[in-house]
Order: sequence, then structure tokens, then C-alpha cells
Amino acid sequence: MSNFRETNIEELRHLVSERALSGETMLLNMGPQHPSTHGVLRLLLELDGEIVQNCIPDIGFLHTGVEKNMESKTYQQAEVLSDRLDYMNSLGNNLVFCLAVEKLVDLDVPERAQAIRVIMAELTRISNHMLWIGTSALDLGAMSLFMYALREREMILDIFEMCSGQRMMTTYIRPGGVWRDVPPEFDKAVRDFTNIMPKRLDEYETMLTKNILFLERTVGIGVISQEECIRYGITGPILRGSGKAYDLRKVRPYSGYELYDFDIPTRTGGDVNSRYQVRVQEVRESVKIIVQALNKMPGGPVRSNNRKFVPPPRSEIGVSMEALIHHFKLWTEGFKAPAESVFVTAESPRGEIGVFLEGDGGPNPYRIHFRTPSFVNLQIMPQLTRNRFVADVVGIIGSIDIVLGDADR
Amino acid sequence: MDAILQSAVVFLKETYQSRENEYQGQVTVLLAMEHLIDALTRLRDEFSFEMLEMETAVDYWPQISPRFHIVYQLCSLQHNIQLRVRVPLDGNSPSLPTIEGIYPNANWHEREIWDMFGIRFDGHSDLRRILMPADWAGHPLRKDFPLGYEEVQFSFNFDEISLRKPKPGK
Repeated sequence: MSNFRETNIEELRHLVSERALSGETMLLNMGPQHPSTHGVLRLLLELDGEIVQNCIPDIGFLHTGVEKNMESKTYQQAEVLSDRLDYMNSLGNNLVFCLAVEKLVDLDVPERAQAIRVIMAELTRISNHMLWIGTSALDLGAMSLFMYALREREMILDIFEMCSGQRMMTTYIRPGGVWRDVPPEFDKAVRDFTNIMPKRLDEYETMLTKNILFLERTVGIGVISQEECIRYGITGPILRGSGKAYDLRKVRPYSGYELYDFDIPTRTGGDVNSRYQVRVQEVRESVKIIVQALNKMPGGPVRSNNRKFVPPPRSEIGVSMEALIHHFKLWTEGFKAPAESVFVTAESPRGEIGVFLEGDGGPNPYRIHFRTPSFVNLQIMPQLTRNRFVADVVGIIGSIDIVLGDADR
Repeated sequence: MDAILQSAVVFLKETYQSRENEYQGQVTVLLAMEHLIDALTRLRDEFSFEMLEMETAVDYWPQISPRFHIVYQLCSLQHNIQLRVRVPLDGNSPSLPTIEGIYPNANWHEREIWDMFGIRFDGHSDLRRILMPADWAGHPLRKDFPLGYEEVQFSFNFDEISLRKPKPGK
């Protein structure tokens, strides 16, 4: 076994106050193995009694070298890793990866595939918010909500399994479209879900929104202003909870979001409660988008006809020599992308997820970088927790909604 | 191209002799390192690029001059425009000034670049590794860093493989 190296207080001297060095305030590790840190996040807290003086987040425990690994894979192979980044938003990651590849090689996507992508991305958003509402309420002491919220999440995962054969790591969205068309039962399953979801949300709201215990733990906790958010690059529900109606689905529409009618919920409190309310309203808006997309789902193919990038259907391979060659070339060599770079963004449940993709004329990404919302949003932990109780740190971590796979990549 | 973005690009071209490249409607500006702080400050204050969306690096090894590009993705919420600034960098122990003073969220991005590419940021308030362990040797996203693999150990060859396993800090 290797020798463990101990971290010395001298290394952190520039981060903690003088009082910590003399022993007047206490340095306490919260995590990495702590149930309320939602993964493996370590917070080094400087405490004066029970008041947090400073908070130093330490990440990287879940670093898996996704960016390095992708450099040695073809574009189709690399997509599989994108699911594993933010494992609560796997289809959203597929979507933004595919949008980046499509932009780099200039590939068209049929309208039906775009509608399916929107439905899948919104279902993922709801499933993420369901898990979030369950775990965050659990952190604040509302035990029962977790089981209810996971019941709805289970319905969504069943829909994913129906379409792709997988519950979480689906890789269903592919460059140039989706893997295959949705099955006939899809429409009914999604409609059943969208009929149930608003009623279930009302139930959750009766449990939390006016619950005096919940309000006392959330109102006025972890306040951040709109200007501070923009300075720190914070996006998503945190920015919208501070009063700025900034949603990439409206601002820079992708995958046909401009066709649907929905609102951007905002609150002006900037505290934990505002973020909770924004997320609950977002679920309602997502349900609206899904219903609209289902109602005007166009017919036609679900994959691009550009054979240089998208493999031909199985039925063609038996009768067309050219189709066989394309199939063989695409699955052995992959497709080539020009030596240019693109940066493509999408709205993940946590905020802005971006992919910086640079090609070199070959079939592998020369450099790929994920701008992940958890990584950027986690930076404001010191500002949010200063002069709050340790118990509030738990609620604040929940309200940022971090996924450590997303932050550590 | 958007009129405000156009004026920002023309301004950078005339003031700092930068070069521009447009691909798929996305504008990239190539800027020399000595103008970086000045140019980004003025882009933020005069052209309202309030947000740093992303900062990362690209390694062009074995090319040495320039070996790296630092990529800054700026965004203006007010005008809904984006601009990418690239700064070329030479050599094997490169360094450039930090932009933490202009965009505070560059702090972690620059720590990640130091961790992954070994590029130093002068004046950075907290330049420690962020993703890799503190005693890790090397900078993984450099192109001359091997991808590596781990040998599977079985009971009959456990000790033999343990001997040649890489150990942190060596």
C-alpha cells in the first residue's frame, strides 16, 4: 500500500484566519463520507462555536479522467462516457454532447428526433428534480417525501427503459438523431405520467411549501444576490432564484425549444426557499413542454440521412453494398471532424452545461472539455455559508444541487 | 455577426492586433498574452461581457511554439452574445497572469488548468491541485502524459504486480 500524506495546516494558511492557526477556532472536516454532502464532497469548516467562519470545499474524489479518456475514443465511443459525468442528467449530457458534435461536423437532425430529444431531456429534468426534492427534504428532516418522490422518478426510469433498454446510462440520443424510434407504448406511458405529475406536485407542496419547520430552515438562508451570481458565473435555479430570468432554452434555443410555449419561473429571495420554489415550478413547466411536444410530434425519420456520419439502418445493409461500406467504416474508424473548435451550451437541471470540443481532422476529439454547472456553482460555498450555523450548511449544499460526478468529471 | 460583437472584435483587432476566426457562427479571437488583462477588463466594462462561462486549455504537443492555447469563453447576458478568446503560450513550464481579479470564478478554472496542464497563473490566490491528489506527479491532460491502465491482480500474481504498480509521489 502507498503511504498516505497528511495535509499540513501550513498549506492552508492562506485560506483560514489567524484565529484558526492559534487554535481559537476549530477546523472540522465535513465529509467526504457524509450523507448530506450528496456524494463525496469534503468541506473543511472553520468553526467558532457552531458558527461557520469559513468553508473550503475540496473536490476531486470522484475524478475519473473522462476528458482524457475521450481523447482516445471515436466520437461515437466517447458519447458513452458523457452519461457517466452527471449521472442524474444522463440524457441531458448526451444531448449537449451530440449538439456539439453536430455543430462541429455540421450535421442535420430530423424534426421528429428533435421532438423526442426535447421530451427525453425534460423527463430527465423532472427525474433529477424529483431526486433533488427527496434528498434535500431528507437533509432538512422531512423523511417521508423521499419515498414519494422516488416513486415518480421510477415512472420516468421505466419510460427510459422502454425506449433505450437502460434505466440510467441510456446513450439514447446519438449524433444525427436518436438511437431508434420510440415504441408504440411510449405515447400512453408519457401521457399517464404527465397526467399524474401535477397532482403529485401539489401533494409535495402541501408537505413543504407552507410547512413551518421547512420555512424556518430555508427562508433567509444562503442568500446570494443576482450581481454576485453573474460575477461568479452561477446559472440555473440559483440565478433564477435570485431574480434573473436566464434560461438557455429561451435565450439560445436548441433542439427546437423555440417551438414550445413555457415560462421561466423566477423568485427574488435568492435564498434556499427561492431555489426550492423555482425548481418546483420548473417541473410544472417541463410537464407543459412534454405535453406540447407529444401533441405536435412530427412524423418521419429519427436519424439523419447523412451516411458519412450516421450508420444506415439494418434493413439496408443486406441489399446495398454502399450501406455495408458505410456501416463498416463508421463502426471501425468513426467519422472525421474538421480541425476547428466549438462551444455548445444547454440548460441542465443544475444550470448551464457546456461542451468545448476541438477536432483535429481525425476521428477522435482532440480536446473536449465539459463546463459543468456543479463545478462552477460549488465555488460560492464560502460566501453562502459564512456566519451561518453548521446545520444550515446541509440545507445550502442541498439547495445548490450538486452531483459530484458532474463536478469532478 | 451581431453588431456589438462585431464592434468588440474590431476593437480588439485595432487595439491589440488580434486575429479572428469564425466557425459555425462562433467567433474566436487570438490574443497575445501581454494584452490579456487589459483586453478582458475592457471587454467586461465597455462591451458588457459580464460572465466568464468557461476557461480551459488545449495542448498542441509536440509543437512547442506555441504549445498551449488558453481558451476563455466570455458571455454577455445583456446582449446575448458570446466571444471566445485564445491566448497562445510557449514552452514546457508556461505561466501567464491570472484573471481572478476580473472574473472571480476563474479561481477554480485556473486551479484545474494548473492541475491538468501544469500552467502557472501568476498572482493566483490559491494555486493548489483541485481534482488530482495533492501528491500526484505530472499533469494528466498534457498530450505527453500516457493514458495508462491498471493490471488486474489475481491471488497467484498479486505480489508480483504490486511491485511494479505506480505509486503516488514517485
